[in-house]
Order: sequence, then structure tokens, then C-alpha cells
Amino acid sequence: MSNIPSELKYATSHEWVSVAIDGIVTVGITEHAQGLLGDMVFVELPDVDDSISTGDDVAVAESVKAASDIYAPVSGIVVEINEALEDAPELVNSDAFGEGWLFKVKLDDASELEDLLDAEGYASSIDED
Amino acid sequence: MTNKTVLHAKHLASGAKMVDFFGWEMPINYGSQIEEHHAVRTNAGMFDVSHMTIVDVQGTDAKDFLRRLVINDVAKLTTPGKALYTGMLNEEGGVIDDLIIYFFSDTNYRLVVNSATRVKDLAWMSKQAVGFDLTITERPEYGMIAVQGPAAITKVATLLSTEESAAVEGMKPFFGVQVGDLFIATTGYTGENGYEIIVPESAAEDFWQKLLDVGVVPCGLGARDTLRLEAGMNLYGLDMDETVSPIAANMAWTISWEPTDRDFIGRDVLTAQKASGDQPKLVGLALKEKGVLRTGQKVVTELGNGPLFEGIITSGTFSPTLGHSVALARVPRSVKVGDVVEVEMRKKLVKVTVTKPSFVRNGKKVF
Repeated sequence: MSNIPSELKYATSHEWVSVAIDGIVTVGITEHAQGLLGDMVFVELPDVDDSISTGDDVAVAESVKAASDIYAPVSGIVVEINEALEDAPELVNSDAFGEGWLFKVKLDDASELEDLLDAEGYASSIDED
Repeated sequence: MTNKTVLHAKHLASGAKMVDFFGWEMPINYGSQIEEHHAVRTNAGMFDVSHMTIVDVQGTDAKDFLRRLVINDVAKLTTPGKALYTGMLNEEGGVIDDLIIYFFSDTNYRLVVNSATRVKDLAWMSKQAVGFDLTITERPEYGMIAVQGPAAITKVATLLSTEESAAVEGMKPFFGVQVGDLFIATTGYTGENGYEIIVPESAAEDFWQKLLDVGVVPCGLGARDTLRLEAGMNLYGLDMDETVSPIAANMAWTISWEPTDRDFIGRDVLTAQKASGDQPKLVGLALKEKGVLRTGQKVVTELGNGPLFEGIITSGTFSPTLGHSVALARVPRSVKVGDVVEVEMRKKLVKVTVTKPSFVRNGKKVF
């Protein structure tokens, strides 16, 4: 069973979202997702200042096995991207919930977070996979 | 019903992630297939290839039978232990399987064929053997371990007896020797030096453990695929199958056209294909920008529009050694090395360079 931190929120499409600080959240993919994808070789991120809406395909995680779309779990403006992934995409494998984060979003509507799953909900959603 | 190799428990003990591979439960990786890949390119790695099918062909007519069965000519093999790579065709000139044949004598050969094609291979061989005086014997009682990489030979040497060491001393590539319980061959599927070692099942776990103890890294099917692709070695089922001519699969070098009176299966079809020059060919593709070329993607050329002018990626991957994606692709024969063609990737056309179908040998870029 992979690690699912209880302080994060989750989308069924395997993205995680941090607690909002000053209306800004960090987004990544879960440890479970990186395990399914295998060794990451490229991560294509959105641009800073991009406006994104929940459900948009905004990034691509390309692993040895497959290219996989990453969907925006929330709506807002991209304020920062993890540039370290350019040279070290393997951070997504080694530290999915930490150094392997993907991008930060300034939320349009903080109440959107309530639509996401909590750790327990996400755990049961991956059990059904 | 899933088959397990004799080394199954060893894989689990090393933390392998197991997958189904044509009915065999095999390790895909033991954590990171990229690290395993680098271990083989820079040091030494090992693969459990016990799922592969070993078939001994023995008897008075063994040589005549194999001269008919495969496109290369086993009559070229005169030194005991010498091996050759070749293909076995159907009557329509399509590849039933690719295989290695070891020569011991004119009445004694060992074949190693793919596990995914085991049933049809054995059926085809039995059918073709009618009228020949020989026996075809599958040898499932063996395990097989491929030890590959620049340090593979020296690491294996520390485990061999004096007699075994003497037997493999100075052995050239593509040879095999039976010494005691072990059959040791200088073959592999990675583009590195090393051995493929056939070992009785009862001794396989112990031998695997000894290799682990001298620092040989266990590697799964994931690394095996990126290594063979960098080396430009075909994978049956992707780069060729029963609908593909060996001429279209970079296997023309394994066809022995001489002597002209050797009547191997598929010869008339291949002769006509060679004369008309209408077969596509297998080339390499290199993508320098981000992204990974994948099996099945369409290759678009400047020759024109429509299927006649298009090609297809037969296998594509990210090359850990080169740091970018490479692929093998079947394209129209007029496409040349150095040409720039386009690949349809995720709804976009991306430019790639055509290369010879070989990217890395002995740790070095070769295109």
C-alpha cells in the first residue's frame, strides 16, 4: 500500500493538492500514480500565468512506459512551476509528495477544494482500480 | 495459469515488481528500470531468461533439417560451440520466430527460441521434421541467466571452477560451451559483453545468489527492452512477425543465399522480394527534443501521401544511455539514413532523424 498523506486533497485522476496558503496550492501526482507509470523521463508543465480550469489536461508525465495526461484538479492561475523537473524528472518517482511537486496555482475559488477527495476517499478510489 | 521460473522466489526477495509476460510471471523491474539499464551499460547486470525455450535437435538428419528450416545456413557452422542468429519462416516468407542455433556436431544442435512463440514454434518444427531422421527435445529442466555488461565476464569468472574458467578462456562472441553442469555462451541481448548461462534448475537459485553477492545487479524486462532497443536488436512480435519479411526487419544479413540449391522454407518468396526491391526496411529514428517515440506511431515521409509512403514505429522507447528517445521503424525502402521524417505523436507531427537501426554498442553511441 503506498503512502497517502492525510493533510492533502486528491483527485480520482491521481493528482494531489496541498492545503491553500494565501490562496495558493501546490499540485503533484500521487505516489500510487508514479508507481503505475514507472521511471519518469520527461515532465511537460504548464507555463506560469496560464489560466487553468478543473479537468483541463495541463501537463504530461512521460515515463518509460507511457505518456500520461495530468489534469488540473482546481481552477486558477499557474504562479510557479517546478523547474527542477526539467533536469531531474525522477524526483516525481523518488519524492512524489515533496520535491517531485509539479506546479502551484492561485485558486479562483477556494471552495473548489471541498470537491476533492480526502486521503481516505482517495485510498478507497485506488482500491477499486 | 501462470508459469513461474525457478528464480521466482529470488525476484520477490529482491523486491521485484512482477508482470505477466505471455503467460510467465516475470520481473519488470526491481525499483528503477533506468538504474538497472545503467548498471548493464557501466558495470554488470543479470536477467532471468529461464522462460526462453531451449530445444535440442539431434540425429542423422539434424543438419539437413535445419538447412531447410531456417534462412541462415547451419552448414557454415564447423567449429563446435559456434552459434548463429537467424529466422524461421513460413511458406509465405513471414517470420515465425527468430532464434539462435548452437552447433555441437552435424547431428547435434541446440536452438533457443522465444517463449511467447513456443507452442507454434514446436508445432512448426514437428511438422517440418516429417521424413527426417531426428529428435526434437524441449529442455524445460534448465534455468537461464544472462549476465551482461563491461564487468560481467570478470564477475562471473570469480564464481567459476578452474575447469570452467579454462573452458571459457578467450571464447569469441557467439560461442557456447558445455562445461560440467553449466552451458556458458558469449551471447546476449544488450549490446554489451557477457554470457548467457544455462544452468540446471536445482543449481539456478544458488548461482543467482552468488552473482548477487559479487555485485551483479538484477534487472527486469523493462531494462532488457531499453537495452536491446539501443543495441538495435529486434523483438519478435513488435519488429517482425508472421506478416513481415526478414528483408523488411533488418534480418537480410541472416539469410544465406549461397549455395543457390539450398531449398530453405520461404526461399522463393524472398528471392522474388529481393528482385523486385519492393519490401520496406527497418531503420532507426532519433528524436532530439522532448517526448518518447512509441510503438505503433505513424511515420510520415516527404515521398508523398498515403500508406505507400508512410512507415510505422515497430518499437520505441526513451534511451537512458543517450538521454533522448529512439525507435525502430519500418519505412519505405527509399528513405535514407540522414533523412528527416516526421512522426505523429500525441496529435502533433514531430521531426526525427533517420539512422541505422543501432544506437549503442559497448556503452557508446554508434550512430
